[in-house]
Amino acid sequence: MRAVAALWRREIVRFLRQRSRVIGSLAQPVVFWLLLGGGLSASFRPGAAASTSYLEYFYTGSLALVLLFTAIFATISVVEDRRGGFLQGVLVAPVSRTTIVLGQALGATTLGVGQGLLFVLLAPLAGIALGGAMLAGTLAASMLVAFGLSNIGLAIAWRMESTQGFHAIMNLVLLPIWFLSGAFFPPAGLPAPLRAVMALDPLTYGVGLLRHALYAGHPARTAELPSLAVCLAVSAGFAAASLAVATATARRSGVL
Amino acid sequence: MNGPDAVETVRLSHRYGERRALREVSLSIRRGEVFALLGPNGGGKSTLFRILSTLLRPSEGEARIFGHDVVREAAAVRRRIGVVFQSPSLDAKLTVLENLRHHGALYGWSGSALRARADELLERFRLTERRGELVERLSGGLARRAELAKGLLPKPEVLLLDEPSSSLDPRARRELSEYLLGLRASDGVTVVLTTHHLEEAERCDRVAVIDGGQVIAVDTPEALKARVGGDVVTIRGAEPRLLGERIRERFGLTPMYVDGTIRLEHARGHELVRTLVDTFADAVTSVTFGRPTLEDAFVRLTGHALDGAREGGGA
Repeated sequence: MRAVAALWRREIVRFLRQRSRVIGSLAQPVVFWLLLGGGLSASFRPGAAASTSYLEYFYTGSLALVLLFTAIFATISVVEDRRGGFLQGVLVAPVSRTTIVLGQALGATTLGVGQGLLFVLLAPLAGIALGGAMLAGTLAASMLVAFGLSNIGLAIAWRMESTQGFHAIMNLVLLPIWFLSGAFFPPAGLPAPLRAVMALDPLTYGVGLLRHALYAGHPARTAELPSLAVCLAVSAGFAAASLAVATATARRSGVL
Repeated sequence: MNGPDAVETVRLSHRYGERRALREVSLSIRRGEVFALLGPNGGGKSTLFRILSTLLRPSEGEARIFGHDVVREAAAVRRRIGVVFQSPSLDAKLTVLENLRHHGALYGWSGSALRARADELLERFRLTERRGELVERLSGGLARRAELAKGLLPKPEVLLLDEPSSSLDPRARRELSEYLLGLRASDGVTVVLTTHHLEEAERCDRVAVIDGGQVIAVDTPEALKARVGGDVVTIRGAEPRLLGERIRERFGLTPMYVDGTIRLEHARGHELVRTLVDTFADAVTSVTFGRPTLEDAFVRLTGHALDGAREGGGA
């Protein structure tokens, strides 16, 4: 437990000392949200939720992007640790691989959620009112989603030799997962095969969970989504499964 | 002090694909020894180091630290070893003190015990004033000291060091050797280091000469040097091979060819020098002789110089 806390704390301290990371992982989604959200709003014609502007629709997707980016940046630091030599010192210490992965994942999750909450303060700009239940729910939902995303990042990072390789995988795997999660466009009106793919994307339920939380007390706004219970169950299941995969990867990564 | 050896390997072998990096290495390192694994780069010592530090699973054979198998009882081994890697393992974005605290926490240290232990090591390595500095701002020598402090923090019974002096100047290297010998006296720590520096090996209690993945000899530096018969005569000439053959024919000696020189072992070196100069005045450019060094012993054992390429020849 002490080891998990130490590993967690290190991720936070490192992050705060790298100002470009702090700014990059928060500013990028904000810029995306404002430019894409603003630029595409004229062509956005949602089905039933006619009152939703694209800026508002894309807001939740941008929150998911904040969580995704911080998880990605944090896992890149694992690749750097491996290459640099820091991880060697951790690997010869009497701590299990599960402990190491858990410390890294919780560190990445904390960073993601911290920045996610800053982004949530912009919700009124998207036309979403801030509120107690809304903030508490969004915090919880963000934790679950960020934890799952961090675990996928770690599972990839533990078998990568270079950060270049990680970028390739990120563009091939992580961003498509985000694109197809309903973050960018709703499934309504799309061809059936694409809708099916979106239904299989675990992040669809993560973004759904975030929408349920942001619109706490406004059930009409989330009527087209999978139910809160389904979103929660899939997200929790995904968080657990991805942790298992990341741990297994760390165990197999060329060392005892 | 009986009980199991600090380090014991039994017919330890490792292969990377087709390449055999380690062949049936059997070693016993006693508790409290300062022990060098001496050999050229690529000779197998780093592979042995990685196996002992639980980072590499050997293909065959066994390795034990205080009786605990490095594969089956990795956790028990990890609690007993401190490891100092050749590549820096400090987090450059953390301060010296933060690095030490982080490392201690991984070994279950906390609170005032951890603070006291970190302070003690900072003091010992003269890092107290730099403890709040980010590691990325430290000079190479200071960073090396911080690495050592980190490796020693959890009070290991065996300290494993991979090429600890590789980036140090001769003065810092001597300081490090003295420090490691002092450790044995103060903490009873067994020290195992890999090196390709002869003077570093010279200061250890015992040396294992490793070459081509095999242990060629294990002994004290003195005993290794004594294996060289008498004095060592080193001859330089324009055509060493030709000159060497002439010496072989004329005197029945066995020349070894090392780094473009001819080496001869002879009980009465000074007499041989005179004879050689008289006989081959035209072909010899310089002749030196002296008591055998550890390098001579290495050449004698392996047939080539420590950092030179293999040149064949030899006994």
